[in-house]
Amino acid sequence: MNTSVNLAGVTLKNPVMTASGTFGSGAEYSEFVDLNKLGAVVTKGVANVPWPGNPTPRIAEVYGGMLNAIGLQNPGIDVFMNRDIPFLKQYDTKIIVNVCGKTTEDYCDVVEKLADTEVDLLEINISCPNVKEGGIAFGQNAKSIEAITKEVKKYAKQPIIMKLSPNVTDITEMAKAAEAGGADVLSLINTLTGMKIDVERQKFAIANKTGGLSGPAVKPVAVRMVYQVANAVNVPIIGMGGICNAEDALEFILAGATAVSVGTANFSNPCTTAEVVAGIEDYMRRHNVEDIKDLIGLVK
Amino acid sequence: MGEKIKETAVIISQEEISEDIYSMWIKTKASKTAKPGQFVALYCNDGSRMLPRPISICEIDKEKEALRLVYRVVGKGTDEFSKYHAGAEVDVMGPLGNGFPMERAEGKKALLIGGGIGVPPIVELAKQLKAEEKNIVAGYRNLLFLEEELKKNGSFYPATEDGSAGVKGTVIDAIKENNIDADVIFACGPTPMLRALKEYAEEKNIEAWISMEEKMACGIGACLACVCKTKEKDEHTNVNNARICKEGPVFNAEEVEL
Repeated sequence: MNTSVNLAGVTLKNPVMTASGTFGSGAEYSEFVDLNKLGAVVTKGVANVPWPGNPTPRIAEVYGGMLNAIGLQNPGIDVFMNRDIPFLKQYDTKIIVNVCGKTTEDYCDVVEKLADTEVDLLEINISCPNVKEGGIAFGQNAKSIEAITKEVKKYAKQPIIMKLSPNVTDITEMAKAAEAGGADVLSLINTLTGMKIDVERQKFAIANKTGGLSGPAVKPVAVRMVYQVANAVNVPIIGMGGICNAEDALEFILAGATAVSVGTANFSNPCTTAEVVAGIEDYMRRHNVEDIKDLIGLVK
Repeated sequence: MGEKIKETAVIISQEEISEDIYSMWIKTKASKTAKPGQFVALYCNDGSRMLPRPISICEIDKEKEALRLVYRVVGKGTDEFSKYHAGAEVDVMGPLGNGFPMERAEGKKALLIGGGIGVPPIVELAKQLKAEEKNIVAGYRNLLFLEEELKKNGSFYPATEDGSAGVKGTVIDAIKENNIDADVIFACGPTPMLRALKEYAEEKNIEAWISMEEKMACGIGACLACVCKTKEKDEHTNVNNARICKEGPVFNAEEVEL
């Protein structure tokens, strides 16, 4: 049985990875999950300088999911490179670093610093507001997606994953723009912008007012978008959005994802990632699937 | 700590000890390494509620491998917990966080302060703390709870908002009216109480350790949801923010900004 998949020349032992922001750099979860069992660990977003993040409360639970507005708090690329990359190098898993920024230069700065490290892939979070363009997220406009992809590619030595925002009218337009800009892989979906009001206190549930919705509540939207994008571009796709078990993960793979990320479910069960790996193997045995690649995009 | 576990625990008993305040004993291996001031994450059986609830540890029984959790029903998750009967199962992860630095009280006059649903962790702390003197101040809205447990382990001074028991007013009012002096303070309670205590301790130059609370997601330091502002740059986060679930929930009051 072959569970390995290929992302732009990087071979993952299996298609299961973590979703950025839900798993830190793996250290905390390594007490519960053998990181050697995962296809890849995707780190929490890192910027060129430390970011303090948003005021609290930063999260709120909603039916079948949660809202978060952490504000991409991170220690900055220098601390990250000295501490988190060496930690992850101890494990037999691929390292994918999620990169965030406020300007195109911020992103390029981080990508350039990571160029000569033992990081396997870079994932570019383009859901951040572009401070030079009035705070509209890079990922909400096809032209700016193509432009930032091109810029980042100039500095990158690793393959680039562009992480798409679902807060757009036509996801395929954004996917094509990223592909045109030279993206090697696409990942989707980032969180859907949402809001929750605490009725008793008559206040917003999170300090930022709006937050990103994640968890099983978004899964049907995510599966639909992965399917659409898989039929619109030729680069591999990492699917995510509410994956809680192997069945959920397989839904994304059958829709066209080459790999999958587990996010919010890490909070409801810290062992979810490893359980999804085992569950996919079990499914392949039950369905006599020799190679997981035979399942990718099987449902047309 | 390195010894936290996630497992399915069995509920030993459940009772309502005051209005909306429940006491639940659970059998869990998390009891083996638990310390006063630490907490556990309890998971709802209803899958529509994804996030664990951080619940402070009220009592630890290592012989019976059990933890006592005393919590207030404040929403759908805690309401679900309150309906569990003896024999039912609940997923738990713990023990989490750092707990109170009990060694700071040795040979000193310790003042233990709990406010509202911050009273429960004071019980195990009062049981285990070795100090020259142990004064316990507990603030309530009106109805007292856990007062018998607290009386057994120190001099007990209640405060109530309506004056129905002890001093009418806040825990600070109770400290002042009873002329309680201290070398070290350990406290858990709502943010306004902790803010007042931080100010009081700074004014009187008393070392104070406070247990903080914030909305949490992962409970183990990965997601950065439950941070508090710190005076100095935090070593892990590299910004002026510390993780309540990991570096906390107990902090030196001087080190945090409320």
